[in-house]
Amino acid sequence: MQVPAPFEYERATSVDHAIALMERLGDEARVVAGGHSLIPMMKLRLAMPEYLIDINDLVDELQYIRFTDTEVRIGALTRHQQLLESDELAAVFPIFRDAEKVIADPVVRNRGTLGGSLCQADPSEDLSAVCDALEASCVIRNTSGERVVEMHDFHRGPYETAVADGEMLTEVRIPIKPNSSSAYHKVERRAGDWAVASAGAAVTMDGDVIADGRVGLCAVGPNLTNVQPISDALRGQAPSEELYARVGEIAAANASPQTDTRGTAAYKTHLAKELAVRSLRVAVARATGQA
Amino acid sequence: MEISMNLNGEDITAEAEPRTLLVHFLRDNLGLTGTHWGCDTSNCGTCVVWVDEEPVKSCTHLAAMASGHRVKTVEGLETAEGLDPVQEGFIQCHGLQCGYCTPGMMMTARALLDKNPDPSEEVIREAISGQICRCTGYSTIIRSIQWAASKERETAVTLEGSPA
Repeated sequence: MQVPAPFEYERATSVDHAIALMERLGDEARVVAGGHSLIPMMKLRLAMPEYLIDINDLVDELQYIRFTDTEVRIGALTRHQQLLESDELAAVFPIFRDAEKVIADPVVRNRGTLGGSLCQADPSEDLSAVCDALEASCVIRNTSGERVVEMHDFHRGPYETAVADGEMLTEVRIPIKPNSSSAYHKVERRAGDWAVASAGAAVTMDGDVIADGRVGLCAVGPNLTNVQPISDALRGQAPSEELYARVGEIAAANASPQTDTRGTAAYKTHLAKELAVRSLRVAVARATGQA
Repeated sequence: MEISMNLNGEDITAEAEPRTLLVHFLRDNLGLTGTHWGCDTSNCGTCVVWVDEEPVKSCTHLAAMASGHRVKTVEGLETAEGLDPVQEGFIQCHGLQCGYCTPGMMMTARALLDKNPDPSEEVIREAISGQICRCTGYSTIIRSIQWAASKERETAVTLEGSPA
Protein backbone atom coordinates (compact mmCIF):
# COMPACT_ATOMS: atom_id res chain seq x y z
CA MET A 1 0.00 0.00 0.00
CA GLN A 2 1.40 3.36 -1.06
CA VAL A 3 0.51 6.13 1.37
CA PRO A 4 2.29 9.48 1.83
CA ALA A 5 4.47 10.10 4.89
CA PRO A 6 2.65 11.97 7.69
CA PHE A 7 2.00 15.68 7.22
CA GLU A 8 -0.19 18.45 8.59
CA TYR A 9 -3.09 19.49 6.40
CA GLU A 10 -4.39 23.02 6.12
CA ARG A 11 -7.06 24.37 3.82
CA ALA A 12 -6.39 27.84 2.42
CA THR A 13 -9.31 30.27 2.54
CA SER A 14 -7.71 32.81 0.19
CA VAL A 15 -4.56 33.24 -1.87
CA ASP A 16 -3.25 35.64 0.78
CA HIS A 17 -3.88 33.00 3.44
CA ALA A 18 -2.05 30.36 1.40
CA ILE A 19 0.94 32.64 0.82
CA ALA A 20 1.07 33.68 4.50
CA LEU A 21 1.13 30.00 5.47
CA MET A 22 3.88 29.24 2.99
CA GLU A 23 5.97 32.19 4.07
CA ARG A 24 5.70 31.02 7.67
CA LEU A 25 6.37 27.34 6.91
CA GLY A 26 9.09 27.80 4.26
CA ASP A 27 10.37 24.77 2.40
CA GLU A 28 8.48 22.38 4.68
CA ALA A 29 5.20 23.37 2.98
CA ARG A 30 3.75 22.47 -0.40
CA VAL A 31 0.61 23.64 -2.15
CA VAL A 32 -1.72 20.90 -3.33
CA ALA A 33 -4.29 21.54 -6.07
CA GLY A 34 -5.30 18.55 -8.21
CA GLY A 35 -2.63 16.49 -6.48
CA HIS A 36 -2.06 14.22 -9.45
CA SER A 37 1.66 14.95 -9.56
CA LEU A 38 2.37 15.75 -5.91
CA ILE A 39 0.46 12.88 -4.25
CA PRO A 40 2.19 10.19 -6.37
CA MET A 41 5.54 11.85 -5.53
CA MET A 42 4.60 11.78 -1.84
CA LYS A 43 3.61 8.12 -2.02
CA LEU A 44 7.07 7.34 -3.38
CA ARG A 45 8.75 9.61 -0.76
CA LEU A 46 10.18 11.69 -3.59
CA ALA A 47 8.37 14.55 -1.84
CA MET A 48 7.91 14.66 1.93
CA PRO A 49 6.37 18.01 2.84
CA GLU A 50 5.54 18.49 6.51
CA TYR A 51 2.61 20.74 5.65
CA LEU A 52 0.18 20.47 2.79
CA ILE A 53 -1.82 23.58 1.90
CA ASP A 54 -4.96 22.71 -0.02
CA ILE A 55 -5.97 25.51 -2.40
CA ASN A 56 -8.94 23.73 -4.03
CA ASP A 57 -11.44 26.09 -2.38
CA LEU A 58 -9.92 29.12 -4.12
CA VAL A 59 -12.06 28.74 -7.22
CA ASP A 60 -13.17 32.39 -7.28
CA GLU A 61 -9.61 33.68 -7.10
CA LEU A 62 -7.74 31.12 -9.15
CA GLN A 63 -10.06 29.33 -11.60
CA TYR A 64 -10.89 31.30 -14.76
CA ILE A 65 -10.13 31.81 -18.43
CA ARG A 66 -10.44 35.54 -19.19
CA PHE A 67 -9.99 37.25 -22.52
CA THR A 68 -8.89 40.79 -23.27
CA ASP A 69 -8.12 42.18 -26.74
CA THR A 70 -4.45 41.46 -26.32
CA GLU A 71 -4.12 38.47 -24.01
CA VAL A 72 -5.73 35.53 -22.30
CA ARG A 73 -5.37 35.18 -18.54
CA ILE A 74 -5.81 31.73 -17.06
CA GLY A 75 -6.01 31.09 -13.32
CA ALA A 76 -3.55 28.55 -11.94
CA LEU A 77 -6.35 26.36 -10.51
CA THR A 78 -8.03 25.94 -13.92
CA ARG A 79 -8.48 22.20 -14.52
CA HIS A 80 -7.34 20.33 -17.62
CA GLN A 81 -10.97 19.55 -18.39
CA GLN A 82 -11.85 23.25 -18.45
CA LEU A 83 -8.91 24.00 -20.75
CA LEU A 84 -10.03 21.18 -23.04
CA GLU A 85 -13.67 22.24 -23.16
CA SER A 86 -13.16 25.99 -23.69
CA ASP A 87 -14.19 26.75 -27.29
CA GLU A 88 -12.93 30.32 -26.93
CA LEU A 89 -9.49 29.10 -25.94
CA ALA A 90 -9.41 26.56 -28.78
CA ALA A 91 -10.38 29.27 -31.27
CA VAL A 92 -7.40 31.47 -30.33
CA PHE A 93 -4.87 28.80 -29.31
CA PRO A 94 -5.80 25.44 -30.91
CA ILE A 95 -2.60 23.99 -29.41
CA PHE A 96 -4.38 23.84 -26.03
CA ARG A 97 -7.13 21.50 -27.22
CA ASP A 98 -4.63 19.42 -29.23
CA ALA A 99 -2.57 18.90 -26.07
CA GLU A 100 -5.38 18.55 -23.55
CA LYS A 101 -7.00 15.75 -25.57
CA VAL A 102 -3.90 13.65 -24.95
CA ILE A 103 -3.00 14.71 -21.40
CA ALA A 104 -3.74 11.90 -18.94
CA ASP A 105 -7.32 10.61 -19.18
CA PRO A 106 -10.75 12.23 -18.67
CA VAL A 107 -11.00 11.36 -14.97
CA VAL A 108 -7.51 12.66 -14.18
CA ARG A 109 -8.27 15.78 -16.24
CA ASN A 110 -11.11 16.53 -13.82
CA ARG A 111 -8.48 17.18 -11.13
CA GLY A 112 -5.15 18.19 -12.67
CA THR A 113 -4.53 21.92 -13.08
CA LEU A 114 -2.57 24.27 -15.32
CA GLY A 115 -0.61 25.67 -12.38
CA GLY A 116 0.21 22.24 -11.02
CA SER A 117 1.43 21.05 -14.39
CA LEU A 118 3.75 24.02 -14.85
CA CYS A 119 5.07 23.91 -11.28
CA GLN A 120 5.80 20.20 -11.50
CA ALA A 121 8.15 21.10 -14.39
CA ASP A 122 8.48 17.52 -15.54
CA PRO A 123 10.38 17.43 -18.86
CA SER A 124 7.68 15.04 -20.14
CA GLU A 125 4.85 17.37 -19.20
CA ASP A 126 2.90 18.77 -22.14
CA LEU A 127 1.62 22.18 -20.99
CA SER A 128 5.11 23.57 -20.43
CA ALA A 129 5.84 23.18 -24.14
CA VAL A 130 2.40 24.58 -24.97
CA CYS A 131 2.91 27.68 -22.83
CA ASP A 132 6.46 28.23 -24.04
CA ALA A 133 5.40 27.95 -27.69
CA LEU A 134 2.79 30.65 -27.00
CA GLU A 135 5.33 32.87 -25.18
CA ALA A 136 3.25 32.81 -22.03
CA SER A 137 4.29 34.51 -18.83
CA CYS A 138 3.65 33.40 -15.28
CA VAL A 139 2.39 35.54 -12.42
CA ILE A 140 4.07 34.60 -9.14
CA ARG A 141 2.79 36.05 -5.88
CA ASN A 142 4.38 36.40 -2.47
CA THR A 143 3.62 38.50 0.60
CA SER A 144 5.22 41.63 -0.87
CA GLY A 145 3.31 41.50 -4.17
CA GLU A 146 3.54 39.79 -7.52
CA ARG A 147 6.08 39.47 -10.29
CA VAL A 148 5.70 38.32 -13.87
CA VAL A 149 8.20 35.81 -15.23
CA GLU A 150 8.53 34.82 -18.86
CA MET A 151 8.00 31.15 -19.52
CA HIS A 152 11.63 30.56 -20.54
CA ASP A 153 12.75 31.98 -17.18
CA PHE A 154 10.07 30.12 -15.28
CA HIS A 155 11.61 26.72 -15.88
CA ARG A 156 15.02 26.43 -14.26
CA GLY A 157 15.51 22.77 -15.14
CA PRO A 158 13.75 19.46 -14.54
CA TYR A 159 11.38 19.80 -11.53
CA GLU A 160 12.72 23.31 -10.83
CA THR A 161 10.90 26.57 -11.38
CA ALA A 162 11.23 30.26 -10.54
CA VAL A 163 8.63 29.84 -7.78
CA ALA A 164 10.56 30.21 -4.52
CA ASP A 165 9.59 29.16 -0.99
CA GLY A 166 6.73 31.30 0.24
CA GLU A 167 5.56 31.97 -3.30
CA MET A 168 2.77 30.72 -5.48
CA LEU A 169 1.99 30.66 -9.21
CA THR A 170 -1.40 32.36 -9.56
CA GLU A 171 -1.94 33.09 -13.24
CA VAL A 172 -0.66 32.38 -16.74
CA ARG A 173 -0.87 35.16 -19.33
CA ILE A 174 -0.74 34.43 -23.02
CA PRO A 175 -0.45 37.18 -25.65
CA ILE A 176 -2.97 37.08 -28.50
CA LYS A 177 -1.19 37.78 -31.78
CA PRO A 178 -2.92 38.37 -35.12
CA ASN A 179 -2.19 36.05 -38.08
CA SER A 180 -1.06 33.35 -35.69
CA SER A 181 -1.87 29.77 -34.88
CA SER A 182 -0.49 26.70 -33.18
CA ALA A 183 -0.61 22.90 -32.97
CA TYR A 184 0.51 20.01 -30.78
CA HIS A 185 1.38 16.42 -31.66
CA LYS A 186 2.16 13.63 -29.24
CA VAL A 187 2.94 9.93 -29.46
CA GLU A 188 1.97 7.88 -26.42
CA ARG A 189 1.84 4.13 -25.89
CA ARG A 190 -1.70 4.15 -24.53
CA ALA A 191 -4.33 6.59 -23.32
CA GLY A 192 -3.14 8.53 -20.29
CA ASP A 193 0.53 7.66 -20.51
CA TRP A 194 3.37 10.13 -20.58
CA ALA A 195 4.58 11.08 -24.04
CA VAL A 196 7.13 8.89 -25.80
CA ALA A 197 7.81 12.24 -27.45
CA SER A 198 5.76 15.27 -28.36
CA ALA A 199 6.13 18.63 -30.05
CA GLY A 200 4.25 21.92 -30.01
CA ALA A 201 4.51 24.74 -32.53
CA ALA A 202 3.23 28.30 -32.76
CA VAL A 203 3.70 30.64 -35.70
CA THR A 204 2.92 34.25 -36.57
CA MET A 205 2.67 35.00 -40.28
CA ASP A 206 3.58 38.23 -42.05
CA GLY A 207 1.96 37.86 -45.46
CA ASP A 208 3.57 34.83 -47.08
CA VAL A 209 6.45 34.48 -44.64
CA ILE A 210 6.82 33.30 -41.07
CA ALA A 211 7.49 36.40 -38.97
CA ASP A 212 8.01 34.38 -35.84
CA GLY A 213 7.89 30.67 -35.07
CA ARG A 214 8.50 28.60 -31.98
CA VAL A 215 8.76 24.84 -31.58
CA GLY A 216 9.14 23.00 -28.29
CA LEU A 217 9.73 19.33 -27.51
CA CYS A 218 8.66 17.10 -24.61
CA ALA A 219 10.14 13.95 -23.12
CA VAL A 220 13.31 14.01 -25.23
CA GLY A 221 15.59 15.92 -22.87
CA PRO A 222 15.67 18.85 -20.46
CA ASN A 223 15.07 22.50 -21.33
CA LEU A 224 13.58 21.91 -24.76
CA THR A 225 10.23 23.67 -24.27
CA ASN A 226 11.50 26.14 -26.84
CA VAL A 227 14.24 25.20 -29.28
CA GLN A 228 15.79 28.57 -30.10
CA PRO A 229 17.74 27.45 -33.24
CA ILE A 230 14.37 26.48 -34.77
CA SER A 231 13.03 30.00 -34.21
CA ASP A 232 16.18 31.39 -35.84
CA ALA A 233 15.72 29.11 -38.85
CA LEU A 234 12.05 30.06 -39.29
CA ARG A 235 12.28 33.83 -39.03
CA GLY A 236 11.43 35.56 -42.33
CA GLN A 237 11.17 32.31 -44.29
CA ALA A 238 8.32 31.26 -46.56
CA PRO A 239 6.76 28.00 -45.37
CA SER A 240 7.76 24.96 -47.44
CA GLU A 241 8.31 21.26 -46.95
CA GLU A 242 12.06 21.90 -47.29
CA LEU A 243 11.91 24.40 -44.43
CA TYR A 244 9.93 21.94 -42.27
CA ALA A 245 12.47 19.22 -43.01
CA ARG A 246 15.26 21.54 -41.87
CA VAL A 247 13.34 22.26 -38.67
CA GLY A 248 12.92 18.52 -38.13
CA GLU A 249 16.68 18.07 -38.44
CA ILE A 250 17.30 20.83 -35.87
CA ALA A 251 14.78 19.24 -33.51
CA ALA A 252 16.51 15.87 -33.82
CA ALA A 253 19.93 17.43 -33.29
CA ASN A 254 18.80 19.16 -30.09
CA ALA A 255 16.99 16.15 -28.63
CA SER A 256 18.90 14.08 -26.09
CA PRO A 257 16.45 11.29 -25.21
CA GLN A 258 17.27 8.22 -23.19
CA THR A 259 16.37 4.66 -24.01
CA ASP A 260 13.74 3.39 -21.60
CA THR A 261 10.58 1.29 -21.55
CA ARG A 262 8.85 3.86 -23.75
CA GLY A 263 11.30 3.47 -26.60
CA THR A 264 14.87 3.64 -27.77
CA ALA A 265 16.79 6.88 -28.00
CA ALA A 266 16.91 6.48 -31.79
CA TYR A 267 13.13 6.05 -32.00
CA LYS A 268 12.49 9.08 -29.78
CA THR A 269 14.90 11.18 -31.85
CA HIS A 270 12.99 10.13 -34.94
CA LEU A 271 9.74 11.15 -33.24
CA ALA A 272 11.17 14.52 -32.19
CA LYS A 273 12.00 15.20 -35.83
CA GLU A 274 8.71 13.99 -37.25
CA LEU A 275 6.47 15.58 -34.60
CA ALA A 276 8.25 18.94 -34.91
CA VAL A 277 7.54 18.84 -38.65
CA ARG A 278 3.90 17.82 -38.21
CA SER A 279 3.08 20.38 -35.53
CA LEU A 280 4.73 23.16 -37.51
CA ARG A 281 2.97 22.15 -40.73
CA VAL A 282 -0.44 22.19 -39.02
CA ALA A 283 0.28 25.47 -37.18
CA VAL A 284 1.15 27.17 -40.49
CA ALA A 285 -1.89 25.68 -42.24
CA ARG A 286 -4.14 26.97 -39.45
CA ALA A 287 -2.53 30.40 -39.40
CA THR A 288 -2.99 30.76 -43.16
CA GLY A 289 -6.59 29.54 -43.13
CA GLN A 290 -5.84 26.24 -44.85
CA ALA A 291 -6.88 24.01 -41.96
CA MET B 1 -8.29 14.97 11.97
CA GLU B 2 -12.05 14.96 11.70
CA ILE B 3 -13.39 14.36 8.21
CA SER B 4 -17.04 15.10 7.42
CA MET B 5 -18.76 14.57 4.11
CA ASN B 6 -22.08 13.87 2.55
CA LEU B 7 -21.59 10.28 1.48
CA ASN B 8 -24.21 8.72 -0.78
CA GLY B 9 -26.74 11.25 0.52
CA GLU B 10 -25.93 10.79 4.20
CA ASP B 11 -23.84 13.10 6.38
CA ILE B 12 -20.97 11.22 8.00
CA THR B 13 -18.02 12.13 10.21
CA ALA B 14 -14.97 10.00 10.94
CA GLU B 15 -11.43 10.38 12.25
CA ALA B 16 -8.50 9.82 9.91
CA GLU B 17 -4.90 10.89 9.48
CA PRO B 18 -4.45 13.76 6.99
CA ARG B 19 -2.43 11.41 4.78
CA THR B 20 -5.32 8.96 4.41
CA LEU B 21 -6.28 8.52 0.78
CA LEU B 22 -9.97 8.68 -0.03
CA VAL B 23 -10.02 5.07 -1.27
CA HIS B 24 -8.70 3.78 2.07
CA PHE B 25 -10.96 6.09 4.05
CA LEU B 26 -13.99 4.66 2.27
CA ARG B 27 -12.89 1.03 2.45
CA ASP B 28 -11.05 0.81 5.79
CA ASN B 29 -12.53 3.56 7.95
CA LEU B 30 -16.11 3.30 6.70
CA GLY B 31 -16.25 -0.31 5.51
CA LEU B 32 -17.55 0.61 2.05
CA THR B 33 -15.58 -1.96 0.08
CA GLY B 34 -17.52 -1.49 -3.14
CA THR B 35 -14.87 1.00 -4.27
CA HIS B 36 -11.89 -1.08 -5.30
CA TRP B 37 -8.25 -0.32 -4.70
CA GLY B 38 -6.13 -1.16 -7.73
CA CYS B 39 -2.93 0.21 -9.20
CA ASP B 40 -2.40 3.01 -6.65
CA THR B 41 -0.97 5.19 -9.43
CA SER B 42 -4.13 6.76 -10.94
CA ASN B 43 -3.85 4.57 -14.01
CA CYS B 44 -6.40 1.78 -13.63
CA GLY B 45 -9.51 3.68 -12.55
CA THR B 46 -11.11 0.97 -10.42
CA CYS B 47 -11.13 3.41 -7.46
CA VAL B 48 -13.24 6.04 -9.25
CA VAL B 49 -15.82 7.75 -7.02
CA TRP B 50 -17.57 11.07 -7.40
CA VAL B 51 -16.60 14.20 -5.53
CA ASP B 52 -19.29 16.83 -6.12
CA GLU B 53 -20.74 14.83 -9.02
CA GLU B 54 -17.39 14.56 -10.80
CA PRO B 55 -15.57 11.25 -11.20
CA VAL B 56 -12.12 11.26 -9.56
CA LYS B 57 -9.51 8.60 -8.84
CA SER B 58 -9.74 8.12 -5.09
CA CYS B 59 -6.23 6.60 -4.80
CA THR B 60 -4.84 10.03 -5.73
CA HIS B 61 -7.25 12.12 -3.68
CA LEU B 62 -6.83 12.72 0.04
CA ALA B 63 -9.85 12.03 2.21
CA ALA B 64 -9.11 15.40 3.82
CA MET B 65 -9.60 17.13 0.46
CA ALA B 66 -13.07 15.58 0.19
CA SER B 67 -14.10 16.84 3.63
CA GLY B 68 -17.09 19.15 3.34
CA HIS B 69 -17.96 17.79 -0.11
CA ARG B 70 -20.48 15.37 -1.59
CA VAL B 71 -19.01 11.95 -2.29
CA LYS B 72 -20.79 9.16 -4.12
CA THR B 73 -19.55 5.59 -4.38
CA VAL B 74 -20.83 2.54 -6.22
CA GLU B 75 -22.93 1.74 -3.14
CA GLY B 76 -24.85 4.94 -3.85
CA LEU B 77 -25.95 3.95 -7.36
CA GLU B 78 -28.90 1.82 -6.31
CA THR B 79 -32.00 3.76 -5.25
CA ALA B 80 -35.33 2.86 -3.60
CA GLU B 81 -36.65 2.19 -7.11
CA GLY B 82 -33.99 -0.44 -7.71
CA LEU B 83 -30.70 -0.80 -9.51
CA ASP B 84 -29.33 2.07 -11.56
CA PRO B 85 -29.78 1.40 -15.30
CA VAL B 86 -25.97 1.29 -15.57
CA GLN B 87 -25.90 -1.56 -13.05
CA GLU B 88 -28.71 -3.30 -14.92
CA GLY B 89 -26.83 -2.82 -18.18
CA PHE B 90 -23.73 -4.52 -16.77
CA ILE B 91 -25.94 -7.50 -15.79
CA GLN B 92 -27.81 -7.64 -19.10
CA CYS B 93 -24.76 -7.30 -21.34
CA HIS B 94 -22.19 -9.21 -19.24
CA GLY B 95 -20.22 -6.04 -18.54
CA LEU B 96 -18.04 -7.83 -16.02
CA GLN B 97 -16.02 -10.99 -15.85
CA CYS B 98 -13.84 -10.84 -12.73
CA GLY B 99 -15.55 -7.65 -11.54
CA TYR B 100 -12.45 -5.83 -10.37
CA CYS B 101 -12.77 -2.80 -12.65
CA THR B 102 -16.58 -2.71 -12.40
CA PRO B 103 -17.15 -0.10 -9.66
CA GLY B 104 -14.93 2.44 -11.39
CA MET B 105 -16.39 1.65 -14.80
CA MET B 106 -19.93 2.12 -13.51
CA MET B 107 -19.22 5.40 -11.71
CA THR B 108 -17.55 6.83 -14.82
CA ALA B 109 -20.40 5.53 -17.01
CA ARG B 110 -23.05 7.07 -14.74
CA ALA B 111 -21.27 10.45 -14.87
CA LEU B 112 -21.06 10.23 -18.67
CA LEU B 113 -24.77 9.47 -19.09
CA ASP B 114 -25.73 12.29 -16.74
CA LYS B 115 -23.89 14.70 -19.05
CA ASN B 116 -24.64 13.00 -22.35
CA PRO B 117 -27.71 10.71 -22.52
CA ASP B 118 -26.93 9.51 -26.05
CA PRO B 119 -23.17 9.01 -26.34
CA SER B 120 -21.64 7.47 -29.45
CA GLU B 121 -19.41 4.43 -29.08
CA GLU B 122 -16.41 6.71 -29.64
CA VAL B 123 -17.51 9.01 -26.82
CA ILE B 124 -17.98 6.03 -24.48
CA ARG B 125 -14.52 4.70 -25.34
CA GLU B 126 -12.98 8.10 -24.62
CA ALA B 127 -14.89 8.43 -21.34
CA ILE B 128 -13.58 5.09 -20.02
CA SER B 129 -10.08 5.53 -21.44
CA GLY B 130 -8.77 6.09 -17.91
CA GLN B 131 -10.07 2.71 -16.76
CA ILE B 132 -8.38 -0.62 -17.30
CA CYS B 133 -10.21 -3.95 -17.61
CA ARG B 134 -7.61 -6.69 -17.55
CA CYS B 135 -10.21 -9.29 -18.56
CA THR B 136 -10.23 -7.04 -21.67
CA GLY B 137 -14.02 -7.05 -21.65
CA TYR B 138 -14.21 -3.60 -23.17
CA SER B 139 -16.73 -4.52 -25.87
CA THR B 140 -19.26 -5.82 -23.38
CA ILE B 141 -18.63 -2.87 -21.07
CA ILE B 142 -19.39 -0.49 -23.95
CA ARG B 143 -22.55 -2.49 -24.79
CA SER B 144 -23.59 -2.33 -21.12
CA ILE B 145 -23.31 1.46 -21.12
CA GLN B 146 -25.19 1.65 -24.43
CA TRP B 147 -27.91 -0.57 -22.94
CA ALA B 148 -28.27 1.79 -19.98
CA ALA B 149 -28.36 4.83 -22.26
CA SER B 150 -31.08 3.42 -24.47
CA LYS B 151 -33.12 2.21 -21.50
CA GLU B 152 -32.98 5.70 -19.99
CA ARG B 153 -33.96 7.33 -23.26
CA GLU B 154 -36.93 4.95 -23.60
CA THR B 155 -38.02 5.74 -20.06
CA ALA B 156 -37.69 9.46 -20.75
CA VAL B 157 -39.83 9.15 -23.90
CA THR B 158 -42.48 7.14 -22.04
CA LEU B 159 -42.63 9.71 -19.28
CA GLU B 160 -42.96 12.55 -21.77
CA GLY B 161 -45.66 10.68 -23.69
CA SER B 162 -47.67 9.58 -20.69
CA PRO B 163 -50.98 11.34 -20.02
CA ALA B 164 -50.88 14.04 -17.37
